[in-house]
Amino acid sequence: MHNTNEIEIFTAKDLETNQEVRWCPGCGDYAILNSVKKVLPELGQPKHEFVFISGIGCSSRFPYYMNTYGMHSIHGRATAVATGLKITRPELSVWVITGDGDALSIGGNHLIHTLRRNPDLNILLFNNQIYGLTKGQFSPTSELGKVTKSSPMGTVESPFNPLALCLGANATFIARTLDKDAKHQQEIYKRAYHHKGASLVEIYQNCNVFNDEAFDVFTDKESKFINGIYLEHQKPLIFNNGTKGIRLNGLIPEVFDINESSVNECMVHDENDKTKAYILTQFFDDPSMPRPFGILYCNPNKPTLENGFNDQLKHYEIEDKKLAFNRLLKTKTSWEVK
Amino acid sequence: MNNSNKKLRDVVIKFAGDSGDGIQLTGNQFAENTALFGNDIATFPDFPAEIRAPIGTVPGVSGFQLHFGDQHIFTPGDEYDVLVALNAAALKTNLKLLKPNGIIIANINGFDNKNLRLANIPEDQNPLENDSLNSFQLHKIDVTKLTKLAVAEFNLGNKESERCKNMFVLGLVYWLYHRSMDNTIAFIESRFKKEALIAQANIKALKAGYHFGETTESFTYQYEIAKAQTSSGIYRSINGNQAMSLGFLAASINSDLPLFLGTYPITPASDILHELSKHKGFDVYTFQAEDEIAGVCAAIGASYGGSIGITSSSGPGIALKMEAIGLATMLELPLVICNVQRGGPSTGLPTKTEQADLMQALYGRNGECPLVVIAPATHSDCYEMAYNAVKIALEYTVPVMILSDGFIANGAEPWRIHEIESLPPINSNFIPKNRATESEHSPYLRNANLSRNIAVPGTPRMEHRIGGLEKENISGNISYDPINHELMVKLRSEKVEKVTEIIPLQSFQNGNKNSKLLIIGWGSTFGSISAAVNELILEGYDIAQIHIKYLNPLPSNLGELVKHFDKLMVAELNNGQFIKIIRDRFLKNAIGINKIQGQPFMVKEIKEAIIKYYLLNA
Repeated sequence: MHNTNEIEIFTAKDLETNQEVRWCPGCGDYAILNSVKKVLPELGQPKHEFVFISGIGCSSRFPYYMNTYGMHSIHGRATAVATGLKITRPELSVWVITGDGDALSIGGNHLIHTLRRNPDLNILLFNNQIYGLTKGQFSPTSELGKVTKSSPMGTVESPFNPLALCLGANATFIARTLDKDAKHQQEIYKRAYHHKGASLVEIYQNCNVFNDEAFDVFTDKESKFINGIYLEHQKPLIFNNGTKGIRLNGLIPEVFDINESSVNECMVHDENDKTKAYILTQFFDDPSMPRPFGILYCNPNKPTLENGFNDQLKHYEIEDKKLAFNRLLKTKTSWEVK
Repeated sequence: MNNSNKKLRDVVIKFAGDSGDGIQLTGNQFAENTALFGNDIATFPDFPAEIRAPIGTVPGVSGFQLHFGDQHIFTPGDEYDVLVALNAAALKTNLKLLKPNGIIIANINGFDNKNLRLANIPEDQNPLENDSLNSFQLHKIDVTKLTKLAVAEFNLGNKESERCKNMFVLGLVYWLYHRSMDNTIAFIESRFKKEALIAQANIKALKAGYHFGETTESFTYQYEIAKAQTSSGIYRSINGNQAMSLGFLAASINSDLPLFLGTYPITPASDILHELSKHKGFDVYTFQAEDEIAGVCAAIGASYGGSIGITSSSGPGIALKMEAIGLATMLELPLVICNVQRGGPSTGLPTKTEQADLMQALYGRNGECPLVVIAPATHSDCYEMAYNAVKIALEYTVPVMILSDGFIANGAEPWRIHEIESLPPINSNFIPKNRATESEHSPYLRNANLSRNIAVPGTPRMEHRIGGLEKENISGNISYDPINHELMVKLRSEKVEKVTEIIPLQSFQNGNKNSKLLIIGWGSTFGSISAAVNELILEGYDIAQIHIKYLNPLPSNLGELVKHFDKLMVAELNNGQFIKIIRDRFLKNAIGINKIQGQPFMVKEIKEAIIKYYLLNA
């Protein structure tokens, strides 16, 4: 007999399914799958309480490769399915697997409303800036002018700034990580899990078939720390091996040389400060600024959607439902025929 | 008092006025009171799609029709005995359905030059002043002025005073039909609990109307309609949306599963959301989603977690939900979709009724995607049909669509209360946690119903994945195998057919297999068709009637009943949809009786169509 109070220990190996993983060899999705498998056993929740819900796209095959509960739903709607599940089963750990097309194009509406409502979901957005499953059309995160199968002369539309969009939707947790940095990913996933509210993690994920090397400037050893800045709570914003910092000139961030000035001038990262988070999200559109990785914003105080629902249900809970229902059938104006 | 009493079997009254005049409230009060008195009654609210269409205009007219009597009342009535017209536009819109010599109660103030102009009636052709209404019993009353005088003592503003005029009219009609005012007085007191002056003014206006009837000499008769003979029990008045909500609630309680409604507001389905939102204490979640798609998807998520997932909408919203309904079919999860039909296509006629979503319900998804489709026949029938929809969805792990419509959703009738204990048990296919097995779970292993046993997330050792890609039978793994796909398509279809095992056998509503002509209807047309057939049988016609509530699968004996007839007619509020099913299934050359005007059938329309065909062919 299993003792229900005792959490059955499981390992990354136990999370493998009997399904052959069918992503292209070299796809960034493998690294993300492995990192998630590494993290789950460390969270202290039994395996049968994890649920992975995905939409449509390459990344959305993810649940088939994860031996937990899982649903491969329809295009763009995973957040909606997950919301219904989480409201009614708040004790489950519900993860949404989605991509740039799934979350930001066809599912854009559901994404912003999910973030605003704040159910305790962990949303992993695999951003490869391309449509992979349909074989290489531009996506809502492809850069302006991108040449793809559906834009042979280059796109004429600008991309989303995904984290700014999410912050604008009043998200309570936004973070960015990379497929090629397992350690960083795992830290972020753990934080996302522990955050009580909707966590949105944008993962730069390489599609080596249709958009290879899209994120090389952020992943190559030589340029990683020049083009990227790694955020730590209550630490100054320093990058380029400690030589450069970011300071605020009023509300305008600017890069400066630490050796010519002082580290004390640096803007200090505060993941609970929404104004600073907003400034960080705007680095995206400024080529002179490094790209922030880590947790840009975290607000642990906003109530979760499922608590709101279930508190109401508990508050108005009816003991004897059948009795109460039969009473409800008889309105004030019912009458008896003898 | 010089008026005398006249006894009647049944009466049809139409209250009509501007949509800001409180017509719906007036009609509902009369209906409730009449039901309380013991008459049988059917009601039909008819209001504009605009919340406040321009005051006084024809598009702004709001109407409430009610038909009551001392015997079973099938429909709200074809034509009115009494037309209450609070303004010129209301008279203009409704006069054509007033019976010859019918009573008109007209508010003089609503026929001033301004109101005539708004109703597009030339000033020199005021119908109250010329002879155009000579064939009716016209009662011209300055309701506005009399109401204001009656409530003058309360020193309300001009607007507030005038707003009491619907109560004056109600009081007058109560007098005309010997009705007690007590119930309405109690209603006013409770509605304006916090505004004592307004409450007193409305009560005063109601009484003033009643006493006006008593003291004025303009009405020749007062009318008496005896109580209807009904079986004993406790009754209430109920409309379709209320009955639907209560049926869902009963199913949740009896199955001991939480109810989750994922929905988006849409006319005429929103009242289901409003009603269920009041009942959270019964373990009811109502999720007002960002759109129709999120509504159904959240319901699917809730079903996946072991709740009863329900989504409600009307035609345009159902169109948006179809991909997700296909997902639920593939996942073989329980899901109830409630479609309160309205006139289409596109935005169509939001507040008007139609039965034109049948083909959408049966075939409106990609791929071979059969659903269970059922249609309540009356307002109160929504209670049991909603309950049965949940029962079928849970016991067969299949989406079930209920086709209600604007007419049964908003119309009301007396209903003998069925307490929850009278409903059949529901056995869901969710695997209880204590029955979780040690062995590997096969999510697409089927039981005797061909439905799958569902291990909900959180069940130890039964982790598995499901999704919209084709499933391998038994294991549920993704499969692109051609033979497996064909097998799964057939299995999903067979499972829906299996539902015939728990739906009632079809019977004749009237007549039998030897009758000369069979008339078939489905859903909300039950009242009109039944009334027409009953009358025709009394007039000597040899007609049988079948009314179908289970549209997919059809009752297993339907073919057996239909095969006896060479002469068949199908009556429906669309351009001919169910008739195609009859032709397809039974190779019968049926004749259609169709109406696509956003209004229910009149009894005489059906009678005329039947007689015409009967005389030529039967």
